[in-house]
Amino acid sequence: MGKVVLLLGDDISTDIIYPGRFMATVLPSETPQFAFADSVEFNKQLKAGEIPPGSVIVAGKNFGCGSSREQAASCLKGPDLVVVARHFARIFLQNSINLGMRTVICPDIEAEQGDELEIGADKVTNKTSGKSYAIVALPKSRQAIIDAGGLIPYTRQRILQEKK
Amino acid sequence: MGEKTKAMTMVEKILAKATGQAAVSAGDVLEPKIDLAMSHENGALVLNQFLEIYKGTGLDANVWDPSKIAIIFDHRVPAESAKTATNQKKLRDFVNKQGIVKFHDIRGDEGGICHQILPENGYVRPGAVVVGTDSHTTSHGALGAFAFGIGATEMASVWALGIALNIEVPGTIKVVVNGKFAPHVLPKDLILYLIGQLSAEGANFKVIEFHGETIRNMPTSGRLTICNMSVEAGATSGIVPPDAETLRYLKETAHVTEAVPTFGPDADAVYERTIEIDAAALDPQIACPHTVDNVKPVQEVAGKAIHQIVIGSCTNGRLDDIEIAAKVLQGKRVARGVRMLVFPASSRIYQEAMKLGYLSTLMEAGVVVMNSGCGPCLGIHQGALADGDVALATTNRNFKGRMGNPAAEVYLCSPAVAAASAVTGVITDPRKGG
Ligand code: SF4
Repeated sequence: MGKVVLLLGDDISTDIIYPGRFMATVLPSETPQFAFADSVEFNKQLKAGEIPPGSVIVAGKNFGCGSSREQAASCLKGPDLVVVARHFARIFLQNSINLGMRTVICPDIEAEQGDELEIGADKVTNKTSGKSYAIVALPKSRQAIIDAGGLIPYTRQRILQEKK
Repeated sequence: MGEKTKAMTMVEKILAKATGQAAVSAGDVLEPKIDLAMSHENGALVLNQFLEIYKGTGLDANVWDPSKIAIIFDHRVPAESAKTATNQKKLRDFVNKQGIVKFHDIRGDEGGICHQILPENGYVRPGAVVVGTDSHTTSHGALGAFAFGIGATEMASVWALGIALNIEVPGTIKVVVNGKFAPHVLPKDLILYLIGQLSAEGANFKVIEFHGETIRNMPTSGRLTICNMSVEAGATSGIVPPDAETLRYLKETAHVTEAVPTFGPDADAVYERTIEIDAAALDPQIACPHTVDNVKPVQEVAGKAIHQIVIGSCTNGRLDDIEIAAKVLQGKRVARGVRMLVFPASSRIYQEAMKLGYLSTLMEAGVVVMNSGCGPCLGIHQGALADGDVALATTNRNFKGRMGNPAAEVYLCSPAVAAASAVTGVITDPRKGG
Protein backbone atom coordinates (compact mmCIF):
# COMPACT_ATOMS: atom_id res chain seq x y z
CA MET A 1 0.00 0.00 0.00
CA GLY A 2 1.30 3.43 -0.86
CA LYS A 3 0.05 6.95 -0.54
CA VAL A 4 -0.20 9.25 -3.56
CA VAL A 5 2.42 11.91 -2.83
CA LEU A 6 2.48 13.60 -6.24
CA LEU A 7 -0.30 13.92 -8.77
CA LEU A 8 0.75 14.89 -12.29
CA GLY A 9 -0.82 15.44 -15.72
CA ASP A 10 0.16 14.25 -19.21
CA ASP A 11 3.53 14.65 -20.95
CA ILE A 12 5.71 15.05 -17.85
CA SER A 13 9.16 15.37 -19.42
CA THR A 14 12.49 14.30 -17.99
CA ASP A 15 13.30 18.03 -17.81
CA ILE A 16 10.63 18.26 -15.10
CA ILE A 17 11.60 15.01 -13.34
CA TYR A 18 15.31 15.77 -13.37
CA PRO A 19 16.20 19.24 -14.71
CA GLY A 20 19.03 19.37 -17.22
CA ARG A 21 21.14 21.67 -15.08
CA PHE A 22 21.85 18.76 -12.71
CA MET A 23 22.97 16.40 -15.44
CA ALA A 24 26.61 16.53 -14.39
CA THR A 25 25.50 14.50 -11.38
CA VAL A 26 25.26 10.98 -12.72
CA LEU A 27 25.69 8.46 -9.90
CA PRO A 28 22.39 6.82 -8.91
CA SER A 29 23.34 7.33 -5.27
CA GLU A 30 23.52 11.11 -5.79
CA THR A 31 20.57 11.83 -8.10
CA PRO A 32 17.58 11.67 -5.68
CA GLN A 33 18.39 15.09 -4.19
CA PHE A 34 17.45 16.68 -7.55
CA ALA A 35 14.23 14.72 -8.19
CA PHE A 36 11.54 17.20 -9.29
CA ALA A 37 13.92 19.98 -8.27
CA ASP A 38 11.63 22.67 -9.68
CA SER A 39 8.61 21.31 -7.78
CA VAL A 40 10.15 22.94 -4.74
CA GLU A 41 7.75 21.69 -2.06
CA PHE A 42 7.91 18.04 -3.12
CA ASN A 43 11.68 18.15 -3.51
CA LYS A 44 12.01 19.62 -0.03
CA GLN A 45 9.89 16.87 1.54
CA LEU A 46 11.83 14.20 -0.34
CA LYS A 47 15.17 15.56 0.84
CA ALA A 48 13.90 15.86 4.41
CA GLY A 49 13.03 12.15 4.34
CA GLU A 50 9.33 12.92 4.83
CA ILE A 51 8.20 10.71 1.96
CA PRO A 52 8.14 7.04 2.96
CA PRO A 53 9.47 4.34 0.62
CA GLY A 54 6.73 2.83 -1.55
CA SER A 55 4.94 6.16 -1.94
CA VAL A 56 3.24 6.64 -5.29
CA ILE A 57 3.48 9.22 -8.05
CA VAL A 58 0.37 9.17 -10.25
CA ALA A 59 0.71 10.60 -13.75
CA GLY A 60 -1.13 10.83 -17.06
CA LYS A 61 0.03 9.82 -20.52
CA ASN A 62 3.59 9.89 -21.88
CA PHE A 63 5.34 10.11 -18.50
CA GLY A 64 9.10 10.56 -18.91
CA CYS A 65 9.04 11.91 -22.45
CA GLY A 66 12.03 13.78 -23.81
CA SER A 67 15.66 13.24 -22.99
CA SER A 68 17.05 9.75 -22.41
CA ARG A 69 18.74 10.86 -19.17
CA GLU A 70 18.67 7.91 -16.82
CA GLN A 71 18.88 10.21 -13.81
CA ALA A 72 15.12 10.72 -14.28
CA ALA A 73 14.60 7.07 -13.34
CA SER A 74 17.40 6.65 -10.80
CA CYS A 75 16.30 9.73 -8.83
CA LEU A 76 12.92 8.05 -8.21
CA LYS A 77 14.34 4.56 -7.71
CA GLY A 78 16.64 5.74 -4.91
CA PRO A 79 13.82 6.83 -2.55
CA ASP A 80 11.82 3.76 -3.71
CA LEU A 81 8.98 5.72 -5.29
CA VAL A 82 6.48 3.86 -7.49
CA VAL A 83 5.19 5.55 -10.64
CA VAL A 84 1.67 4.65 -11.76
CA ALA A 85 1.00 6.33 -15.11
CA ARG A 86 -1.59 6.09 -17.85
CA HIS A 87 1.33 5.46 -20.19
CA PHE A 88 5.10 5.94 -20.34
CA ALA A 89 7.47 7.22 -23.00
CA ARG A 90 9.60 4.38 -24.36
CA ILE A 91 13.07 5.30 -23.12
CA PHE A 92 11.92 6.17 -19.60
CA LEU A 93 10.04 2.89 -19.34
CA GLN A 94 13.09 0.92 -20.44
CA ASN A 95 15.36 2.85 -18.10
CA SER A 96 13.13 2.21 -15.13
CA ILE A 97 12.92 -1.51 -15.89
CA ASN A 98 16.67 -1.66 -16.44
CA LEU A 99 17.22 -0.13 -13.01
CA GLY A 100 14.79 -2.56 -11.38
CA MET A 101 12.37 0.21 -10.48
CA ARG A 102 8.62 -0.30 -10.08
CA THR A 103 6.63 1.28 -12.90
CA VAL A 104 2.97 0.50 -13.41
CA ILE A 105 1.05 1.12 -16.65
CA CYS A 106 -2.54 1.82 -15.67
CA PRO A 107 -4.42 3.54 -18.53
CA ASP A 108 -7.55 4.43 -16.55
CA ILE A 109 -6.08 5.32 -13.16
CA GLU A 110 -7.98 7.94 -11.16
CA ALA A 111 -6.59 9.18 -7.88
CA GLU A 112 -6.26 12.28 -5.76
CA GLN A 113 -3.36 13.52 -3.73
CA GLY A 114 -3.26 11.56 -0.46
CA ASP A 115 -5.25 8.56 -1.70
CA GLU A 116 -4.02 5.14 -0.63
CA LEU A 117 -3.30 2.78 -3.54
CA GLU A 118 -2.84 -0.96 -3.40
CA ILE A 119 -0.83 -2.20 -6.36
CA GLY A 120 -1.54 -5.82 -7.20
CA ALA A 121 -0.31 -8.06 -10.00
CA ASP A 122 -3.00 -7.04 -12.48
CA LYS A 123 -4.87 -4.16 -10.91
CA VAL A 124 -4.43 -1.01 -8.88
CA THR A 125 -7.03 -0.51 -6.16
CA ASN A 126 -7.66 2.98 -4.90
CA LYS A 127 -8.52 2.21 -1.27
CA THR A 128 -9.76 5.75 -0.72
CA SER A 129 -12.29 5.76 -3.57
CA GLY A 130 -12.87 1.99 -3.54
CA LYS A 131 -12.33 1.68 -7.32
CA SER A 132 -9.97 -0.68 -9.15
CA TYR A 133 -8.13 -0.14 -12.42
CA ALA A 134 -6.54 -2.75 -14.71
CA ILE A 135 -2.76 -2.83 -15.17
CA VAL A 136 -1.27 -3.32 -18.63
CA ALA A 137 1.60 -5.81 -18.53
CA LEU A 138 5.10 -4.44 -19.12
CA PRO A 139 6.57 -5.29 -22.55
CA LYS A 140 7.09 -9.05 -22.72
CA SER A 141 10.49 -8.46 -24.26
CA ARG A 142 11.64 -7.06 -20.91
CA GLN A 143 10.40 -9.89 -18.69
CA ALA A 144 13.76 -11.64 -18.37
CA ILE A 145 15.33 -8.34 -17.24
CA ILE A 146 12.56 -7.73 -14.72
CA ASP A 147 12.97 -11.28 -13.38
CA ALA A 148 16.71 -10.77 -12.95
CA GLY A 149 16.09 -7.61 -10.92
CA GLY A 150 17.42 -5.25 -13.56
CA LEU A 151 19.75 -5.05 -16.52
CA ILE A 152 23.01 -5.02 -14.58
CA PRO A 153 22.48 -8.43 -12.93
CA TYR A 154 20.95 -9.73 -16.17
CA THR A 155 23.96 -8.69 -18.28
CA ARG A 156 26.31 -10.04 -15.62
CA GLN A 157 24.59 -13.44 -15.87
CA ARG A 158 24.92 -13.34 -19.65
CA ILE A 159 28.63 -12.54 -19.53
CA LEU A 160 29.31 -15.33 -17.07
CA GLN A 161 27.30 -17.79 -19.22
CA GLU A 162 29.25 -16.82 -22.33
CA LYS A 163 32.58 -17.37 -20.55
CA LYS A 164 31.61 -20.92 -19.57
CA MET B 1 7.90 -15.49 -38.93
CA GLY B 2 10.67 -16.93 -40.97
CA GLU B 3 9.11 -17.59 -44.38
CA LYS B 4 11.41 -16.08 -46.96
CA THR B 5 8.72 -14.31 -48.92
CA LYS B 6 7.52 -12.09 -46.11
CA ALA B 7 7.38 -8.43 -47.12
CA MET B 8 9.30 -6.20 -44.71
CA THR B 9 9.48 -2.56 -43.69
CA MET B 10 12.85 -0.77 -43.46
CA VAL B 11 13.30 -1.56 -39.80
CA GLU B 12 12.25 -5.20 -40.24
CA LYS B 13 14.82 -5.61 -43.01
CA ILE B 14 17.57 -4.05 -40.92
CA LEU B 15 16.76 -6.15 -37.86
CA ALA B 16 16.52 -9.34 -39.93
CA LYS B 17 20.04 -8.69 -41.20
CA ALA B 18 21.33 -7.76 -37.72
CA THR B 19 20.06 -11.06 -36.31
CA GLY B 20 20.96 -13.25 -39.29
CA GLN B 21 17.36 -14.19 -40.09
CA ALA B 22 15.53 -14.35 -43.39
CA ALA B 23 12.62 -12.32 -42.03
CA VAL B 24 11.30 -10.72 -38.87
CA SER B 25 7.95 -9.15 -38.02
CA ALA B 26 6.78 -6.32 -35.79
CA GLY B 27 6.45 -7.69 -32.26
CA ASP B 28 9.28 -10.25 -32.53
CA VAL B 29 11.74 -10.05 -29.65
CA LEU B 30 15.33 -9.98 -30.88
CA GLU B 31 18.90 -9.34 -29.84
CA PRO B 32 20.35 -7.39 -32.77
CA LYS B 33 24.08 -6.85 -33.21
CA ILE B 34 25.04 -3.22 -32.79
CA ASP B 35 27.07 -1.45 -35.49
CA LEU B 36 27.60 1.81 -33.65
CA ALA B 37 27.14 2.75 -29.98
CA MET B 38 27.36 6.47 -29.23
CA SER B 39 27.54 8.36 -25.96
CA HIS B 40 28.34 11.94 -25.00
CA GLU B 41 29.23 13.23 -21.55
CA ASN B 42 26.66 10.87 -20.09
CA GLY B 43 29.16 8.18 -20.98
CA ALA B 44 30.38 8.90 -17.44
CA LEU B 45 27.25 7.15 -16.15
CA VAL B 46 27.59 4.40 -18.77
CA LEU B 47 31.13 3.82 -17.52
CA ASN B 48 29.94 3.60 -13.92
CA GLN B 49 27.25 1.04 -14.85
CA PHE B 50 29.67 -0.85 -17.10
CA LEU B 51 32.13 -1.34 -14.22
CA GLU B 52 29.18 -2.33 -12.02
CA ILE B 53 28.30 -5.18 -14.42
CA TYR B 54 31.78 -6.68 -14.05
CA LYS B 55 31.89 -6.38 -10.27
CA GLY B 56 32.50 -9.72 -8.62
CA THR B 57 32.85 -11.57 -11.92
CA GLY B 58 36.64 -11.77 -11.81
CA LEU B 59 36.65 -10.65 -15.45
CA ASP B 60 38.35 -7.57 -16.88
CA ALA B 61 35.91 -4.85 -17.90
CA ASN B 62 36.70 -4.46 -21.61
CA VAL B 63 34.29 -3.23 -24.28
CA TRP B 64 33.16 -5.74 -26.90
CA ASP B 65 34.59 -3.79 -29.85
CA PRO B 66 36.30 -0.40 -29.42
CA SER B 67 35.94 0.36 -33.15
CA LYS B 68 32.15 0.44 -32.82
CA ILE B 69 31.94 2.84 -29.91
CA ALA B 70 31.78 6.61 -30.39
CA ILE B 71 32.26 9.16 -27.61
CA ILE B 72 31.51 12.79 -28.46
CA PHE B 73 31.79 15.62 -25.95
CA ASP B 74 29.10 18.15 -26.75
CA HIS B 75 26.61 18.77 -23.97
CA ARG B 76 28.76 21.03 -21.84
CA VAL B 77 31.77 22.15 -23.86
CA PRO B 78 34.13 23.63 -22.85
CA ALA B 79 33.26 22.28 -19.41
CA GLU B 80 31.12 24.62 -17.31
CA SER B 81 32.10 23.09 -13.98
CA ALA B 82 34.79 21.05 -12.27
CA LYS B 83 32.34 18.17 -12.03
CA THR B 84 31.75 18.06 -15.79
CA ALA B 85 35.46 18.44 -16.48
CA THR B 86 36.17 15.50 -14.18
CA ASN B 87 33.51 13.35 -15.90
CA GLN B 88 35.07 14.24 -19.24
CA LYS B 89 38.52 13.35 -17.93
CA LYS B 90 37.34 9.92 -16.71
CA LEU B 91 35.93 9.21 -20.14
CA ARG B 92 39.07 10.47 -21.88
CA ASP B 93 41.15 8.06 -19.80
CA PHE B 94 38.76 5.21 -20.58
CA VAL B 95 38.82 6.01 -24.31
CA ASN B 96 42.62 5.86 -24.28
CA LYS B 97 42.74 2.64 -22.28
CA GLN B 98 40.18 0.85 -24.46
CA GLY B 99 41.52 2.17 -27.79
CA ILE B 100 38.27 3.88 -28.82
CA VAL B 101 39.06 5.88 -31.96
CA LYS B 102 35.69 7.45 -32.75
CA PHE B 103 36.35 9.97 -30.01
CA HIS B 104 35.68 13.69 -30.48
CA ASP B 105 37.11 15.79 -27.71
CA ILE B 106 36.68 19.53 -27.18
CA ARG B 107 38.44 20.77 -30.31
CA GLY B 108 38.00 23.44 -32.97
CA ASP B 109 38.89 21.08 -35.81
CA GLU B 110 36.74 18.01 -35.21
CA GLY B 111 34.43 18.69 -32.30
CA GLY B 112 30.70 19.29 -32.34
CA ILE B 113 27.28 17.87 -31.56
CA CYS B 114 27.14 14.08 -31.60
CA HIS B 115 24.27 13.92 -34.11
CA GLN B 116 26.26 16.01 -36.57
CA ILE B 117 29.64 14.40 -35.90
CA LEU B 118 28.37 10.86 -36.58
CA PRO B 119 26.98 11.52 -40.08
CA GLU B 120 29.61 13.99 -41.25
CA ASN B 121 32.43 11.58 -40.40
CA GLY B 122 30.81 8.64 -42.15
CA TYR B 123 30.25 6.66 -38.96
CA VAL B 124 26.64 5.93 -39.90
CA ARG B 125 25.84 3.71 -42.87
CA PRO B 126 22.57 2.62 -44.47
CA GLY B 127 21.26 -0.57 -42.89
CA ALA B 128 23.26 -0.16 -39.66
CA VAL B 129 21.84 -0.58 -36.17
CA VAL B 130 22.86 2.50 -34.18
CA VAL B 131 22.19 3.11 -30.50
CA GLY B 132 23.00 6.24 -28.56
CA THR B 133 22.52 7.44 -25.01
CA ASP B 134 20.63 10.39 -26.38
CA SER B 135 17.01 10.53 -27.42
CA HIS B 136 17.80 12.34 -30.67
CA THR B 137 19.81 9.36 -31.92
CA THR B 138 16.74 9.02 -34.18
CA SER B 139 18.58 11.57 -36.40
CA HIS B 140 20.69 8.88 -38.03
CA GLY B 141 17.69 7.32 -39.72
CA ALA B 142 18.34 10.11 -42.23
CA LEU B 143 21.03 7.86 -43.71
CA GLY B 144 18.88 4.73 -43.73
CA ALA B 145 20.07 3.30 -40.41
CA PHE B 146 17.84 2.02 -37.61
CA ALA B 147 18.95 4.40 -34.89
CA PHE B 148 17.37 4.82 -31.47
CA GLY B 149 18.02 6.29 -28.06
CA ILE B 150 18.69 4.15 -25.01
CA GLY B 151 19.58 4.82 -21.38
CA ALA B 152 23.00 4.59 -19.79
CA THR B 153 22.54 1.15 -18.20
CA GLU B 154 21.35 -0.28 -21.49
CA MET B 155 24.44 1.20 -23.15
CA ALA B 156 26.66 -0.38 -20.50
CA SER B 157 25.13 -3.70 -21.48
CA VAL B 158 25.84 -2.97 -25.16
CA TRP B 159 29.46 -2.09 -24.34
CA ALA B 160 29.76 -5.50 -22.67
CA LEU B 161 27.87 -7.71 -25.12
CA GLY B 162 27.71 -5.86 -28.47
CA ILE B 163 24.01 -6.59 -28.78
CA ALA B 164 20.87 -4.79 -27.70
CA LEU B 165 19.06 -7.13 -25.35
CA ASN B 166 15.43 -8.03 -25.85
CA ILE B 167 14.41 -5.49 -28.45
CA GLU B 168 10.86 -5.74 -29.72
CA VAL B 169 10.61 -5.07 -33.46
CA PRO B 170 8.57 -1.86 -33.66
CA GLY B 171 5.61 -1.35 -35.92
CA THR B 172 5.98 1.32 -38.60
CA ILE B 173 3.98 4.40 -39.54
CA LYS B 174 4.46 5.35 -43.19
CA VAL B 175 4.53 9.08 -43.91
CA VAL B 176 4.28 10.03 -47.58
CA VAL B 177 5.10 13.62 -48.45
CA ASN B 178 4.54 14.98 -51.94
CA GLY B 179 4.62 18.46 -53.42
CA LYS B 180 7.11 21.30 -53.40
CA PHE B 181 7.57 23.51 -50.34
CA ALA B 182 6.44 27.11 -50.84
CA PRO B 183 9.19 29.76 -50.42
CA HIS B 184 10.32 30.10 -46.77
CA VAL B 185 8.85 26.69 -45.86
CA LEU B 186 11.48 24.18 -44.74
CA PRO B 187 11.85 20.56 -43.56
CA LYS B 188 11.52 21.85 -39.97
CA ASP B 189 8.01 23.03 -40.79
CA LEU B 190 7.14 19.59 -42.15
CA ILE B 191 8.24 17.77 -39.02
CA LEU B 192 6.60 20.30 -36.68
CA TYR B 193 3.36 19.88 -38.63
CA LEU B 194 3.61 16.08 -38.45
CA ILE B 195 4.25 16.13 -34.69
CA GLY B 196 1.21 18.37 -34.28
CA GLN B 197 -0.84 15.83 -36.22
CA LEU B 198 0.50 12.76 -34.40
CA SER B 199 0.73 14.32 -30.89
CA ALA B 200 3.65 13.93 -28.51
CA GLU B 201 3.01 10.23 -28.01
CA GLY B 202 1.30 9.39 -31.29
CA ALA B 203 4.25 7.35 -32.50
CA ASN B 204 5.37 5.95 -29.12
CA PHE B 205 7.15 2.59 -29.68
CA LYS B 206 6.80 3.02 -33.48
CA VAL B 207 9.14 3.87 -36.34
CA ILE B 208 8.26 6.63 -38.80
CA GLU B 209 9.32 5.76 -42.35
CA PHE B 210 9.46 8.75 -44.70
CA HIS B 211 8.51 8.49 -48.37
CA GLY B 212 7.42 10.64 -51.29
CA GLU B 213 8.92 13.06 -53.78
CA THR B 214 9.44 15.81 -51.19
CA ILE B 215 11.67 13.47 -49.18
CA ARG B 216 13.49 12.25 -52.30
CA ASN B 217 14.25 15.88 -53.22
CA MET B 218 15.29 16.81 -49.68
CA PRO B 219 19.02 17.09 -48.93
CA THR B 220 20.45 14.98 -46.11
CA SER B 221 20.56 18.06 -43.89
CA GLY B 222 16.75 18.28 -44.05
CA ARG B 223 16.37 14.54 -43.56
CA LEU B 224 18.48 14.83 -40.41
CA THR B 225 16.08 17.51 -39.17
CA ILE B 226 12.96 15.41 -39.69
CA CYS B 227 14.45 12.18 -38.31
CA ASN B 228 15.93 14.12 -35.37
CA MET B 229 12.51 15.32 -34.29
CA SER B 230 10.65 12.06 -34.90
CA VAL B 231 11.25 11.29 -31.25
CA GLU B 232 9.12 14.30 -30.34
CA ALA B 233 6.12 12.29 -31.55
CA GLY B 234 7.41 9.50 -29.30
CA ALA B 235 8.90 7.49 -32.18
CA THR B 236 11.62 4.93 -31.52
CA SER B 237 13.18 6.18 -34.73
CA GLY B 238 12.61 7.99 -37.99
CA ILE B 239 14.03 6.51 -41.17
CA VAL B 240 14.49 7.56 -44.80
CA PRO B 241 15.19 4.78 -47.31
CA PRO B 242 18.71 5.45 -48.61
CA ASP B 243 18.93 6.73 -52.18
CA ALA B 244 21.13 8.70 -54.58
CA GLU B 245 21.17 11.68 -52.19
CA THR B 246 22.36 9.42 -49.36
CA LEU B 247 25.22 8.19 -51.54
CA ARG B 248 26.07 11.75 -52.54
CA TYR B 249 26.20 12.84 -48.91
CA LEU B 250 28.31 9.88 -47.84
CA LYS B 251 30.78 10.48 -50.68
CA GLU B 252 30.98 14.28 -50.76
CA THR B 253 30.47 15.24 -47.13
CA ALA B 254 31.41 12.14 -45.16
CA HIS B 255 34.22 11.15 -47.57
CA VAL B 256 33.19 7.49 -47.51
CA THR B 257 35.07 5.75 -50.31
CA GLU B 258 33.83 2.17 -50.19
CA ALA B 259 30.65 0.99 -51.89
CA VAL B 260 27.49 1.53 -49.88
CA PRO B 261 24.30 -0.43 -50.54
CA THR B 262 20.95 1.28 -50.91
CA PHE B 263 17.70 -0.53 -50.26
CA GLY B 264 14.08 0.18 -49.52
CA PRO B 265 11.16 -1.52 -47.88
CA ASP B 266 9.24 -4.17 -49.80
CA ALA B 267 6.40 -2.72 -51.84
CA ASP B 268 3.81 -4.74 -49.90
CA ALA B 269 5.34 -4.23 -46.43
CA VAL B 270 2.75 -3.96 -43.67
CA TYR B 271 2.36 -0.54 -42.02
CA GLU B 272 0.30 0.34 -38.99
CA ARG B 273 -1.02 3.39 -40.76
CA THR B 274 -0.15 5.72 -43.62
CA ILE B 275 -0.22 9.50 -43.38
CA GLU B 276 -0.11 11.65 -46.51
CA ILE B 277 1.05 15.24 -46.44
CA ASP B 278 0.94 17.85 -49.20
CA ALA B 279 4.13 19.85 -48.71
CA ALA B 280 2.91 22.60 -51.05
CA ALA B 281 0.04 23.42 -48.68
CA LEU B 282 2.24 23.88 -45.59
CA ASP B 283 2.62 27.21 -43.83
CA PRO B 284 5.70 27.91 -41.72
CA GLN B 285 4.94 26.27 -38.35
CA ILE B 286 5.68 27.08 -34.76
CA ALA B 287 5.54 24.88 -31.65
CA CYS B 288 4.20 26.89 -28.73
CA PRO B 289 5.04 26.37 -25.05
CA HIS B 290 5.30 23.92 -23.33
CA THR B 291 4.93 20.86 -25.56
CA VAL B 292 6.36 20.16 -29.00
CA ASP B 293 2.97 19.03 -30.31
CA ASN B 294 1.37 22.41 -29.55
CA VAL B 295 1.92 23.40 -33.18
CA LYS B 296 0.32 26.29 -35.07
CA PRO B 297 0.88 28.06 -38.39
CA VAL B 298 3.25 30.94 -37.63
CA GLN B 299 0.73 33.63 -38.59
CA GLU B 300 -1.38 32.69 -35.56
CA VAL B 301 1.31 33.82 -33.13
CA ALA B 302 2.93 36.55 -35.22
CA GLY B 303 3.59 39.74 -33.25
CA LYS B 304 4.55 38.05 -29.98
CA ALA B 305 7.56 39.84 -28.44
CA ILE B 306 10.72 37.74 -27.93
CA HIS B 307 13.84 38.18 -25.84
CA GLN B 308 16.21 35.51 -27.12
CA ILE B 309 16.64 33.84 -30.50
CA VAL B 310 18.66 30.69 -30.84
CA ILE B 311 19.77 29.14 -34.13
CA GLY B 312 21.69 25.93 -33.75
CA SER B 313 21.51 22.41 -32.29
CA CYS B 314 21.42 18.98 -33.87
CA THR B 315 18.09 19.93 -35.41
CA ASN B 316 18.98 23.14 -37.28
CA GLY B 317 22.60 24.10 -36.77
CA ARG B 318 23.88 23.06 -40.16
CA LEU B 319 25.41 25.17 -42.92
CA ASP B 320 22.15 25.68 -44.82
CA ASP B 321 20.45 26.87 -41.63
CA ILE B 322 23.19 29.38 -40.90
CA GLU B 323 23.13 30.50 -44.52
CA ILE B 324 19.43 31.34 -44.26
CA ALA B 325 20.09 33.47 -41.18
CA ALA B 326 23.06 35.23 -42.79
CA LYS B 327 21.09 36.06 -45.94
CA VAL B 328 18.21 37.54 -43.96
CA LEU B 329 20.46 39.52 -41.61
CA GLN B 330 22.85 40.77 -44.31
CA GLY B 331 23.06 44.54 -43.85
CA LYS B 332 20.43 44.50 -41.10
CA ARG B 333 20.56 44.51 -37.30
CA VAL B 334 19.13 42.23 -34.68
CA ALA B 335 16.33 44.22 -33.00
CA ARG B 336 17.35 45.98 -29.76
CA GLY B 337 16.21 44.06 -26.73
CA VAL B 338 16.73 40.71 -28.47
CA ARG B 339 19.76 38.54 -27.77
CA MET B 340 20.53 36.32 -30.74
CA LEU B 341 22.76 33.26 -30.33
CA VAL B 342 24.01 31.10 -33.20
CA PHE B 343 25.88 27.90 -32.51
CA PRO B 344 26.98 25.80 -35.49
CA ALA B 345 26.42 22.06 -35.03
CA SER B 346 30.06 21.13 -35.61
CA SER B 347 33.49 22.72 -35.86
CA ARG B 348 33.55 21.80 -39.51
CA ILE B 349 30.30 23.68 -40.14
CA TYR B 350 31.66 26.57 -38.06
CA GLN B 351 34.73 26.77 -40.30
CA GLU B 352 32.70 26.51 -43.50
CA ALA B 353 30.35 29.27 -42.31
CA MET B 354 33.39 31.36 -41.43
CA LYS B 355 35.01 30.89 -44.86
CA LEU B 356 31.75 31.81 -46.60
CA GLY B 357 31.55 35.02 -44.56
CA TYR B 358 28.28 34.03 -42.86
CA LEU B 359 29.64 34.38 -39.36
CA SER B 360 30.95 37.91 -39.86
CA THR B 361 27.63 38.90 -41.48
CA LEU B 362 25.83 37.56 -38.42
CA MET B 363 28.20 39.23 -35.97
CA GLU B 364 27.90 42.56 -37.77
CA ALA B 365 24.14 42.22 -37.31
CA GLY B 366 24.62 41.75 -33.57
CA VAL B 367 24.54 37.95 -33.30
CA VAL B 368 26.66 36.19 -30.67
CA VAL B 369 28.33 33.27 -32.44
CA MET B 370 29.06 30.49 -29.96
CA ASN B 371 31.28 27.47 -30.16
CA SER B 372 29.92 24.21 -31.54
CA GLY B 373 28.14 22.07 -28.99
CA CYS B 374 24.74 21.79 -27.39
CA GLY B 375 25.06 25.23 -25.84
CA PRO B 376 21.74 26.84 -24.95
CA CYS B 377 19.62 23.97 -26.34
CA LEU B 378 19.27 22.25 -22.99
CA GLY B 379 19.86 25.14 -20.63
CA ILE B 380 22.73 23.64 -18.71
CA HIS B 381 25.57 25.72 -19.81
CA GLN B 382 24.98 28.98 -21.66
CA GLY B 383 22.15 31.18 -22.80
CA ALA B 384 19.83 30.55 -19.85
CA LEU B 385 16.58 32.53 -19.87
CA ALA B 386 15.33 35.05 -17.32
CA ASP B 387 11.99 34.69 -15.53
CA GLY B 388 9.27 35.70 -17.99
CA ASP B 389 11.60 35.58 -21.03
CA VAL B 390 10.27 34.34 -24.35
CA ALA B 391 12.72 32.44 -26.56
CA LEU B 392 12.39 31.51 -30.22
CA ALA B 393 14.64 28.60 -31.13
CA THR B 394 15.41 26.25 -33.99
CA THR B 395 16.11 23.52 -31.43
CA ASN B 396 13.81 20.56 -30.82
CA ARG B 397 12.29 20.87 -27.34
CA ASN B 398 10.23 23.54 -25.61
CA PHE B 399 9.44 21.71 -22.37
CA LYS B 400 9.07 23.72 -19.21
CA GLY B 401 12.57 24.38 -17.92
CA ARG B 402 14.25 23.26 -21.12
CA MET B 403 16.35 26.39 -21.54
CA GLY B 404 17.28 26.44 -17.89
CA ASN B 405 14.26 28.25 -16.47
CA PRO B 406 10.77 26.85 -15.86
CA ALA B 407 9.49 30.43 -15.59
CA ALA B 408 10.36 31.16 -19.24
CA GLU B 409 8.72 30.19 -22.53
CA VAL B 410 10.30 28.53 -25.58
CA TYR B 411 8.81 28.55 -29.09
CA LEU B 412 10.28 26.25 -31.76
CA CYS B 413 10.57 27.20 -35.42
CA SER B 414 12.62 26.98 -38.61
CA PRO B 415 15.70 29.12 -39.22
CA ALA B 416 13.65 31.22 -41.68
CA VAL B 417 11.15 32.17 -38.96
CA ALA B 418 13.93 32.74 -36.44
CA ALA B 419 15.88 35.01 -38.79
CA ALA B 420 12.85 37.06 -39.88
CA SER B 421 11.92 37.52 -36.21
CA ALA B 422 15.43 38.65 -35.31
CA VAL B 423 15.01 41.74 -37.42
CA THR B 424 11.62 42.72 -35.99
CA GLY B 425 11.97 41.51 -32.39
CA VAL B 426 8.58 39.84 -32.57
CA ILE B 427 7.54 36.46 -33.98
CA THR B 428 7.41 37.13 -37.71
CA ASP B 429 6.08 35.23 -40.69
CA PRO B 430 9.09 34.99 -43.04
CA ARG B 431 6.74 35.32 -46.04
CA LYS B 432 5.96 38.84 -44.84
CA GLY B 433 9.65 39.69 -44.70
CA GLY B 434 11.78 40.54 -41.70
S1 SF4 C 1 21.81 20.01 -29.46
FE1 SF4 C 1 20.19 19.80 -27.92
S2 SF4 C 1 18.89 18.15 -28.65
FE2 SF4 C 1 20.79 18.05 -29.81
S3 SF4 C 1 22.07 16.57 -28.69
FE3 SF4 C 1 22.54 18.60 -27.90
S4 SF4 C 1 21.20 18.89 -26.15
FE4 SF4 C 1 20.38 17.19 -27.33
